[in-house]
Formats: sequence, C-alpha cells, structure tokens
Amino acid sequence: MAARIARGMADTWKRYIFHFANDHFDFKLAELKAIARTVGCQIQIDETKYDKESPFLEVGLRSDEDGKRLMQRATLGRSLYELMAEGRTLPELCADLNKLPDAKKTVAADSTFRFQIEGFNKRLPQASKVDRIEALLQCLPKFQGKINLKAPDHSFHLLEYYGHEGSKSPDQPYWLYFGRWIADGQRDKIRQFHLQKRHFIGNTSMDAGLSLIMANMGQVDKNQIVFDPFVGTGSLLVACAHHGAYVMGTDIDYMLIHAKARPSRHNQKRRDKDESIRANLRQYGMESRYLDVLVADASRHDLWRNMPLFDAIITDPPYGIREASLKIGAEKPADAFIPEDCRDNHHPQSVKYRLSDSFCDLLNFAARFLKLNGRLVYWLPVFRPQYSEANVPRHRCLQLVSNCEQILNTTISRRLVTMEKTAEWQAEEDSRGATVEVDHYGDKSFRERYFKANRTIAKEMEASGSS
Amino acid sequence: MKLLTHNMLTSNIIKGVTKGFPLVINPSRVEVQEVDFNPDFITRVLPKLDFTALKQAATQVGHADKLPEALPETADFGEDLQKTLHHVLLQVEVLEGELVCPETGRKFPISNGIPNMLLNEDEVS
Repeated sequence: MAARIARGMADTWKRYIFHFANDHFDFKLAELKAIARTVGCQIQIDETKYDKESPFLEVGLRSDEDGKRLMQRATLGRSLYELMAEGRTLPELCADLNKLPDAKKTVAADSTFRFQIEGFNKRLPQASKVDRIEALLQCLPKFQGKINLKAPDHSFHLLEYYGHEGSKSPDQPYWLYFGRWIADGQRDKIRQFHLQKRHFIGNTSMDAGLSLIMANMGQVDKNQIVFDPFVGTGSLLVACAHHGAYVMGTDIDYMLIHAKARPSRHNQKRRDKDESIRANLRQYGMESRYLDVLVADASRHDLWRNMPLFDAIITDPPYGIREASLKIGAEKPADAFIPEDCRDNHHPQSVKYRLSDSFCDLLNFAARFLKLNGRLVYWLPVFRPQYSEANVPRHRCLQLVSNCEQILNTTISRRLVTMEKTAEWQAEEDSRGATVEVDHYGDKSFRERYFKANRTIAKEMEASGSS
Repeated sequence: MKLLTHNMLTSNIIKGVTKGFPLVINPSRVEVQEVDFNPDFITRVLPKLDFTALKQAATQVGHADKLPEALPETADFGEDLQKTLHHVLLQVEVLEGELVCPETGRKFPISNGIPNMLLNEDEVS
C-alpha cells in the first residue's frame, strides 16, 4: 500500500493487474521480465506471491504508458488493468474502492464507459453480473458518463478468480480484482503468424506463439542482427523480423533450404516453386529484413569472421526425433577419402554427434559471436525423470537468465534456455569451452530415450487397464 | 547472397586455412533488389564491417563505383554515403556464382542466392 502514496517521482509506483493467457505457465514470468528489459520499463514483482497457475499477477509499474509498451510485446499477457480495488468478497472490494480518492474514480459526463464482469474458472449468470454492476455503481458516484458497450472511452473490469482452470470451482471466488483496462497483449499475432497460413513450412517449424515468446526472451529489437544456426524453414526468423530485427540463418540440410525436401503438409504433393524462407518474410511484408540463409554446418564456427557479429542467437537445435542431429565428417577416418572423379557430384557424409556435445558447441558459438549483453535462446530436450539443472550446459561468458519447461508428455519435456553474454570471449581462457556438469544423454541418443519412454508409458497404461 | 553476409564469411573451416578472408566472388548473375532504406541499421552495422573487404567484393560484382576508397573518420556520414552503403550491403545480391577461398582456391557454389558452405568430409579440420 505504501507504494501507492506518491513521495516524489522516484518512488511512484502504480498497481496493475496482469491477466495472462491460460497457456505455457512456466514461461509467463520469464517473458514478462524479458520484455520489461527490452522496452526499458521498470517493474515491481513480488515473486513470493507468484502462483504460476493463476492467470492474475499484481505488478507495480511507473505509468500507463509503460504498461502499454509492455503489452505491445506481450505474447502471454492477455490484458493489463490498472488495479483500483481488490478483496475476498464484493463488499470487501467495495470497501477498498471507497478508500480510493474520487479523482481516481471519475468518469466525466462527456465520456463513455462500460463494466465487464469476468469469472475465471466459473461461468457467471447474466443476472448475477447485473447485481454486481449495481453494487459497484453504488461506490462510484462520480461515474457520470454514458454507458457504451461496444466502444467506450473507459472500460472497467471486475475479475473473479475461482481457482486454476480445470479445478473444482467453489461457490464463492478466492479473490476479486477491480480495475480500469489499459491495453491488450499480442494474442492476435499468434493467429496472424499461424503456421496453417504460412507459405513454407516443414516438419519442425516452430509454432507462432512459441516463436514470439522466444524472440521476446532474446530481447530481439529493431535494427539488430539475429542469427539462427539451425534455421529450418525460418519460423524463428519470422518472429524476430516482426520485432524489427534483420535476420539470417544456416542449415546443414541443402534440400530443405532450397525447398526441395518433401512437403510436410498432408494435402501437398510437391513444393511450390517459390517456397523459401525469404518468401515467408515476404508474405508478412518483412522482406526488407531478410539478410541471408546459407547451407552450412553449424558446428564449424570458423565459417564466421571472429568478432561479435550477432545481437541475438535464437534457435531450435535438432535433437533427433523428427530431424537428425548431424555434422559433416566421416564415421571412420578411412571413409574420408573421395576419389578425384567423384568430387563434383559428391554429397558430403554426415555423422551423428553426441547431443551434449552439440549443445556445448552452440554455447561456444554464442560466447564467441554474440555481442556483449546479447542473448542466446534455445530448446533443450530432456527426459524428465532424470533431469536436473546440472544437465544444462554452462560457459564462462554466458549467464543463465531463465530455464522454462514445456511438458510434452509424462516423461519428455523441452526446456527453453535463455542465456546472456556477460563476459568477452578470450581465445586462451575459453579454449576448453562449454561444459555440462552431468551429461543428460550419455552415449544414448535422445531418440532412443524418447521412444523407449513412450513404450514404457504404453505398458503402464496397459497394466492399469486404460487405453 | 548480400555483400553484408559476404563480409562476415571466411573459409577458415577448411583444414589448414588460417586467412580465408575475404572470399573472392566469381559472380555469374547479380541482381539489385529493392530494400527499405534504414539509416539506423547502416549506422549500427558499420563497426562490424571490414571496409577493405567490402570494397573488394563490390568491385568483383560491379557495384563499387560510388563507394569511396576508405570510410571518413567522422561519425556523421551524410545521406549520400549511407545510401551507397545501403545499396552495396543490402540491395546487391549474388544469385548465381561462386565464392573462392583466397588460400586454397576451393570453390563454394552460390545457387538461387544461397551459398553452399559445406565441405567434404576429407576437407574439414
């Protein structure tokens, strides 16, 4: 409460309520913090009170303007409200509202407003909504404008929380919030960039929502150069270009980059002539931010001039379920000899490489080629029963910012790891490069574990009699 | 391939090569594609550029005429120079041709604007 009392600008915080989408619980707080840094706005969050399954979070912000700038980047933030009052019951909330100075609860006669009553995890009958509006109006004598339901100047919301979605909802809400609507987030961008409508896609194209979250985690912003070393069909580049970055990428798969690989849409027989990552950017009017894609082996770091070239590295490395994890090399040294007359049409042989090594390689790459304070954002697939933080690769130059889990089934998840470059790369000091304390994959391929895990689940289900 | 990308690439991935920069461009098809002019981006990219390599590359693809011998010392470039840099870095594209390692002569084909930087298994270090 003390924060509400203005003691000079430096101490002025206003209370707001974030309403998150009911999606990707583990990412909400991390995304919010990342976008606050990207747009340069101060935010107060009491993490001891944070409940990741609740859609509501109270935060302190400096101004409505800061809140609007946050929401222009928010993928998981549905709406933002200025918090006017709260309570366990409606009378409690009304008492809180009565404490608010009149200046804070005035609607001028020449403007319009509306009320919206929303129950979370409970459907509220229309009649009870009307009762609540009447109770609220009793505490708001200075609301003099006209009601306009379609396009009001001010929108006031009563949010009633009846527990996590899917839980049994109690008769009375756990908590009520009342506030003035400030802005909505970018949920509509998920539809705008939906893969169904994307020109060029493949088996491993990242969905639009997660791509946008990844760009936010990477603090991708206008005029940056963003790089994806495992670019595939360029889904992540689309999200980064949307935020104004110039984008480039590499992939080892020649056929995919040239859009000659088999189409992955079920009703499509052959690829269109103009399918490409560039065409995807063109589709959204962002072709000017396309730099290049190259066919290259991401494990060969010396392909790049040795300097911090990239502002962010955002990627989804292959881990052998739908696309193999490969680099150029020979399985046995003797296999490397290629007769002179075969060279022109020779397709280099790829070897599988150990998954932990490939993630360490990615960190080494980021340590060298990211600018200072630039971010690396990537997915780490894990076998949940055996995962621990000791499995996440580390590097002297990179600091872990967040590590968010997306659960795929009971045993498998992938973790979105965000790291920030906090020290300059030094050839001598970093010759050993990235390390993992405990190798999560050992000699087994992730594919082996993945399918074994599924078989185990199938057996368990059989034993318990469900199907 | 844009010349901005070319400015970042080396052939040091080849076994034994240590100064694989800049790569020589042998263009067989070069096109100019319209890109929105954004002086802020050009300003941000400048500190990363190797200008000598850019000048050489622009000469090889036939778009060096307006490019000065060296960049001015001052931070303020003026719009003309910025537009020239914008043109050379982002609008000129090598669609077909090859990149050549300056040390070994190893060629990397460019097709459909996409360089293929893969090596054979006996060439990797």
